Amino acid sequence: MQIVTDIVCPFCGCLCDDLEATIENNHISKIKNACAISRSKFLNHSKNRLNSPTIDGEKVSLEKALDAAADILSTSRRPLIYGLSSTECEAIGKAVEISELTGGVIDNTSSVCHGPTILALQQVGESKTTLGEVKNRSDLIIFWGSNPTQAHLRHLLRYSGISKGLYTSEGRKKRFIIAVDIRETATAKMADQFIKIKPNKDFELLQALSAAVRGYEVPDVAGVSKDEIMELANRMKNAKFGIVFFGLGLTQSRGRHMNIDAAVMLVAELNHHTKFLLTPMRGHYNVAGANTVTTWQTGYPYAVDFSRGYPRYNPGEYTSIDLLAKGEVDAALIIASDPVSTFPANVVRELAKIPVITLDHKISPTTMLSKVALPVATAGIEGEGTAYRMDGVPLRLSKLLEPEEGVKTDAELLDMIIERIGGKR
Amino acid sequence: MSDIIIKGGVVFDPLNNVNGELKEIYIKEGKVAEEFPENKAKVIDAKGMTVMPGGVDLHSHIAGSKINIGRLMRPEDHRKDPVPRSINTRSGVGYSCPSTFVTGYRYAQMGYTTVMEAAMPPLGARHVHEELNDTPIIDKAAFTLFGNNYFVLKYIKEGDKDKLKAFIAWLLRATRGYAVKIVNPGGVEHWKWGRNVEGLDTPIENYEITPREVITSLAESNEELGLPHTIHLHCNNLGVPGNYETTIETIDTVKGIKPKKGREASVHIVHCQFNALDGENWMKLKSGASKISKYVNGKSHVTLDLGQVIFTDTTTMTGDGPWQFRLWELTGNKWVNSDVEMEAGAGVVPYTFKKNNPANAIQWAIGLELALLIKDPWKVYMTTDHPNGGPFYYYPKVISWLMSRKSRTETMLESNKSCIRKTTLDGSYREYTFNDIAIVTRAATAKVLGLVNKGHLGIGADGDVSIYKINPKTWRPSKFKELEKAFSSAAYTIKNGDIVVKDGEVHSTSLGSTFWADAEIPEGLESELVKELEEDFSKYYTVNFRNYPVEEAYLPTQIPVEAKGGKW
Repeated sequence: MQIVTDIVCPFCGCLCDDLEATIENNHISKIKNACAISRSKFLNHSKNRLNSPTIDGEKVSLEKALDAAADILSTSRRPLIYGLSSTECEAIGKAVEISELTGGVIDNTSSVCHGPTILALQQVGESKTTLGEVKNRSDLIIFWGSNPTQAHLRHLLRYSGISKGLYTSEGRKKRFIIAVDIRETATAKMADQFIKIKPNKDFELLQALSAAVRGYEVPDVAGVSKDEIMELANRMKNAKFGIVFFGLGLTQSRGRHMNIDAAVMLVAELNHHTKFLLTPMRGHYNVAGANTVTTWQTGYPYAVDFSRGYPRYNPGEYTSIDLLAKGEVDAALIIASDPVSTFPANVVRELAKIPVITLDHKISPTTMLSKVALPVATAGIEGEGTAYRMDGVPLRLSKLLEPEEGVKTDAELLDMIIERIGGKR
Repeated sequence: MSDIIIKGGVVFDPLNNVNGELKEIYIKEGKVAEEFPENKAKVIDAKGMTVMPGGVDLHSHIAGSKINIGRLMRPEDHRKDPVPRSINTRSGVGYSCPSTFVTGYRYAQMGYTTVMEAAMPPLGARHVHEELNDTPIIDKAAFTLFGNNYFVLKYIKEGDKDKLKAFIAWLLRATRGYAVKIVNPGGVEHWKWGRNVEGLDTPIENYEITPREVITSLAESNEELGLPHTIHLHCNNLGVPGNYETTIETIDTVKGIKPKKGREASVHIVHCQFNALDGENWMKLKSGASKISKYVNGKSHVTLDLGQVIFTDTTTMTGDGPWQFRLWELTGNKWVNSDVEMEAGAGVVPYTFKKNNPANAIQWAIGLELALLIKDPWKVYMTTDHPNGGPFYYYPKVISWLMSRKSRTETMLESNKSCIRKTTLDGSYREYTFNDIAIVTRAATAKVLGLVNKGHLGIGADGDVSIYKINPKTWRPSKFKELEKAFSSAAYTIKNGDIVVKDGEVHSTSLGSTFWADAEIPEGLESELVKELEEDFSKYYTVNFRNYPVEEAYLPTQIPVEAKGGKW
């Protein structure tokens, strides 16, 4: 029996790094400090595993499966490389290289989650911080279209609402928490104030708040009374250190990147009065890493096309759903993602028409649909690597268990594919 | 790697007092060597060409969260400069925020072989090293941010000098950093409450110490530890008209600190142009370069770099959060702020330096004035503070301004008259020689960095050589366009005995090394320090203490530079 401490959790964007696992016979028997979701991931990680490389569902040797994958990619005119938010950074770098070598398109899951956040950053910027500043200084926290109580389970405890830090030794008591949402979520229930807004009216409310902060009179907006808006604006101005945590409720409702634009500008405006910041609640544990690595290698965070031999970026054109819907790609390499479960049905039908190669540790609808499926070692449990927290802090994933014999990490497998399609080195 | 003989070139190797001599250079097993027979070696005919040690840039932003935010927020910048893949190279983008691969290639194409990343937030150290590992060819190092670190402020407040020194040594090792970088001491901490400091004597809230104490304490510790480089200081009040006074005061405040053995300087002032503004406000702006130069000319304890302005669209990025906020207010351009818990912060704002903007024209002149008015080239180095003043691949343009009054005059006449009226640039007839250029771009920078095998071509030096297709014997300042061309695209760049660039094209792309400063800490003190750090980490950080130091996996090709004989 062995106890490993300081484990980084490879589940959500919180990337909690204080987990403790008890390991017996290459199996995790106990896990401490984990949230319910994380516990389930660690304790059940050996269940439902993809246990052999397959071609058309038939078990084959790794060599054969890799040859088939390389063949598909090198004969494809325009492959799509997609996923990457639940794997280590080293694999993401290799995926970029494959895209470049094959003249394909690389995209990650931010094209269906926080893509609009990035578009807004490219439009107006963003005033953000690592989470420790919130823990140490914040006295006003606003969760807008995000619900950490059910999606980022330890966020409130470790980083925000009830955390205690350098200048916040009283924790929850001296903090005012506001939830802005279209329904009373669990987060709204624990907040000091719940502001219920009409669906798809976030942009209007954010603009009204900006006007109120600038000192203008505002009418009732988005189902929120003018008094409530004025009160909120004043509360924001008078906070010592405020922050907005926003989620998909803001990025994927009507207005999308315009909503984030409005939120960014509101926060920027507030900096004339006090310290105010905002930070997106990223979902998958390394979706931030997928953006980060792709950006330093190509200049662009997602939706990058290499068909001309140099990177080009155009969300809406080179994003996976758009490419598939238009039937523009003739092969796909899916890494650590399950688009068959998450993409619209008509797009999945397009995916079913082309040869798909999938790297995953578990059986999923996508592996079942794939021409070639390759089992991998679970990053953060069976393999090391880097992951970036939702706020951009890089942490080292650890290897707790030996993978089954012959099972390799995403990065190793992608490297073997690169060798086969004639990469350098 | 084959052995190389460079024949017939005109060699500039200032650290070995070689000033434009016809001389052969021999490279064996990646190092400069004694003469050996020609039979098996590759012979490079450098007749009529300029031969220098590989360039050493001591201040540039090439890796880590800040430059990556720049890349992320500026797709419009990349579109001006796409870089296709080739048989030897990866694709990417260039202009003000080049991708990592392109950064390595373009430095090598200019004959640069060593580059320092100037600001590494400790919490983001892995990110910096990951990017450095994707930056091909060049050797590199990163400077760890110290000036607003909680533990630094705490130990200064407590007056615990030994703990402060131990912490510096510990953090450099934990982050694999090379030098002590200080950015707007106190100001960045205040920015976490939305404010700044006004100068050297504003008390830092919650710590009851001043920026002046932070600077002197860190400088003193730096020298007592015997670190390879001096403190690397971004002064308070950057970008504020009238700030030349703060700059002089800052340099003056460390003059009493005894530099470590073998070095004269105890402080390096970064991108001095941004800190050499005179006048009450932007409307009344004039150059403060002559005042700073006059002070620096009389002192030996200071070195500085230019932060030369290039008239172009670029992306400003500093660890100085409040200044970037101010710049956002001034310009209305998009603004990213990025605070880092307990230790640092940063901001990024795109900016265009325009010839017809009076302030920009003055800023352009200030950089050149500093270079020309400071008499000793060993004290003032060429940088653009990439990409703050402009992208690094404009260095050849800066070289032409320094070496040719005609080149300067041409730009001056195209620019707002303020650069003539409000500065002394027009009065300067000094023109840099090839030897001066070799000093300010490699010899002096390598020396002040304490990189003993860089910046020269003596026996045993690293086999890093750049050869430029220009004949220093026949060149005249009127031919500055030729000069620019030659320095833009090296005829050869040799890195550790490998020909990496030929005729301006990248030929081979091995990964360079990462330097870091390895200072010893007395054993008992270290365990005491670690105990204190662990306690504060568990209370105030959001990562566990044991997950904080950078793992070996991030340093595939590291070279620790030992700092021995520290005073305790």
